[in-house]
Amino acid sequence: MQALLQQFFDFAIMARALPLLLTGLGQTLVLCLVVIPLGLIGGLLVALTSLARSRAVRWSAAAAIDFFRAIPPLVLLIFVYAGLPFAGIRLSPLAAVAIAFLLNNSSYYGEIYRAGIESVGHGQWDAARSTGLKARQALIYVVLPQAVRNVLPDLISNTVEVVKLTSLASVVALPELLYSADMARSITFNTSPIVLAAGIYLVMLWPIVRLVSRLERRIAS
Amino acid sequence: MDAWSRFLDAFFKWQLIERYLPAILDGMAVTVEIAAAVVITGILLGLVLAILRAFRILPLSALIVIFADMLRALPPLVLVLLVYFGLPSVGINLPSFAVLWLVLSCVLAAFAEEIFWAGILSIPKGQWEAARSTGIGFVSTLAYIVLPQAVRLTVAPLTNRTLAIAKNTALGMVIGVSEILSQATTGQSFAGNATPLTMGAIAYVILFIPVVVLGRWLETRFAWRRA
Repeated sequence: MQALLQQFFDFAIMARALPLLLTGLGQTLVLCLVVIPLGLIGGLLVALTSLARSRAVRWSAAAAIDFFRAIPPLVLLIFVYAGLPFAGIRLSPLAAVAIAFLLNNSSYYGEIYRAGIESVGHGQWDAARSTGLKARQALIYVVLPQAVRNVLPDLISNTVEVVKLTSLASVVALPELLYSADMARSITFNTSPIVLAAGIYLVMLWPIVRLVSRLERRIAS
Repeated sequence: MDAWSRFLDAFFKWQLIERYLPAILDGMAVTVEIAAAVVITGILLGLVLAILRAFRILPLSALIVIFADMLRALPPLVLVLLVYFGLPSVGINLPSFAVLWLVLSCVLAAFAEEIFWAGILSIPKGQWEAARSTGIGFVSTLAYIVLPQAVRLTVAPLTNRTLAIAKNTALGMVIGVSEILSQATTGQSFAGNATPLTMGAIAYVILFIPVVVLGRWLETRFAWRRA
């Protein structure tokens, strides 16, 4: 029991590691600020493409979405970071993460938006267009607000997944929260810094996970 | 050499494909084994937790909710590192594939529990009352009346979530499980060429595309129809 406490909950080591972890947390937040908006915008474009009138466009969008949903994000990240230099494209860890996650997250967000847009009845389109709104205005002012409201739990829960995904950046040596914690672990030979990092992730994400459960239940009932 | 053949040389070099094919195939076998083990234990454990929660015993339900929330909020890689580096120093030595299996099973169980629970809640109270009033016991009501109806709602989200967690077997690379990604990165650094990485990516697509397509089909098949 003593050994367990010392290995996982050594508060002295946690206190020493805290400044490093907070710097890491800063990097994690920067990553989120880059990756979440990129995914949300990319996803919207993907959704609009997958709802295009031309069948060829629709099918190629679906193929691209399925392709990027079949590849683990870590594989995509390592391919972009370690593979592309062989084609003469050398990227910083941040750029590699941004590109790899854009491809991955756009597919996921895209599917959510598409479900949302499809859930808005066609009558809404027709009504909006018949009042003289252009297609783009009908989309932005009439369809999208309702679509987003319908799939809000899914959008939020996918965003939680995206925040969790940023921990993969540690594998390409981007000094975010998990990377900092693992560095502190390898210096102190003690797992407490990773426990502390887990605690920080929990503080950030647990309230959102609860919120999603509530929203989902309200929509189900 | 023109650009096209340079590209082929860097990403699809034939000699390297021949040389690393056995390693990638070995990796595929390991990935499939771990993924299959995770899917079975994760979904079963999730179902058991959801059923236990249906008994509505307060302390037990609270523990289940805390377990499910924590494992849904924490990044899997954090858990993998925590277990991999933490357990040996308290005298528990697990091989790295077992660490990966244990962590991913628990994560899948957490998500599966929430999905099954949402399914159970979606069944109107009248179904419970009707079954119980005809003299069917609580457990039988759950097993024969509620769960069969609940499954309809759970199939599509469960498939998608299971796929997302099966893809996390790639995290095994970080702790040295010899699955596809670690075979591919090892090959890439030995060969000084991206071809093994391309092969690894293709291997994942071959394994997981059928599940993605299945998930898409299930989503339309079992779509949540509004009354």
